[in-house]
Amino acid sequence: MKQFEALTRKSDRQPVRYLIVDDSVFARKSLAKMVESYGGQVIGEAGDGCTAITEYARTKPDIVLMDITMPQMEGIEAVDRIVHEHPEARIVIVSSVGYQDNILAALQKGARHFVQKPVKADALYEIIRYVLNDDGVTSPVGAGTETSR
Amino acid sequence: MRMDLIQPFIGSLDAVLAEMMQEPAKIVDLTMEEEGYRKKGAAATVVFRGEIEGRVILDMEPQAAAHVACYLSDGESTISETLIPETVAELANMVIGNAVTQLNDAGYQFKVFPPQALTVAQCEKAGHDTEASIVCFETPHGKVHLNIAMQHHAVAAPVK
Repeated sequence: MKQFEALTRKSDRQPVRYLIVDDSVFARKSLAKMVESYGGQVIGEAGDGCTAITEYARTKPDIVLMDITMPQMEGIEAVDRIVHEHPEARIVIVSSVGYQDNILAALQKGARHFVQKPVKADALYEIIRYVLNDDGVTSPVGAGTETSR
Repeated sequence: MRMDLIQPFIGSLDAVLAEMMQEPAKIVDLTMEEEGYRKKGAAATVVFRGEIEGRVILDMEPQAAAHVACYLSDGESTISETLIPETVAELANMVIGNAVTQLNDAGYQFKVFPPQALTVAQCEKAGHDTEASIVCFETPHGKVHLNIAMQHHAVAAPVK
């Protein structure tokens, strides 16, 4: 997989920490590989919205990648509950179901961005940079020096 | 069955297969079926409820599924048996999700449920409840079938 300029947290220069929420093990594995290619660290996974809420509280990730269509509790409701408890949460919806009403509902509940499956690594990287905003910095691949965004 | 409801699914599968296979796929057969469906390989089904009700089955010959699994897992050379049904479910999720997006943006209101692996018993039942259209795509790595059975209700049924 293509390697990207490592995205790190501006505060401590540590890897960005991700929580990946998707009912498909395959999709989680695929997203995990992608975020690792950005220099990130997967600190938690969940297969439904309920588990996502408890995992968020336990791990306090920098970024959540959240599917919509899942058993037990869907992604949009999980976004609502997480953001209600943790207004600072940065949640990016990653779903194949990308119609306008769904996107709008997710954004209204507090999601920061939306990306449609199949996910392109370049597109997700740019979205994560955007969502991290000033809290993220990049370092060139294989270089020891860091480049401020 | 209304062609304008089916077309987004066919277009979506065509686009996703072209990306995953890195070569164009072509439609080689389109049939109607009213009896039980006999699956050809690994299959997953997605159900939807609301103004449009029904289900779509994505059924892939093992070699085609293995090729997509390899693509989605970034060229992993060893594809395990357990990865194949997961691959088909994820592909069904993408194909049907993209089609549903188009239909929702066109004004149809309905809810989609997560993909599930299709069992032989479900297959036998699949064609008895409603008429289905089956589209067969040929790819360089095997055939892929899309079995679509759906009905449009003028007044939306409550989505639970």
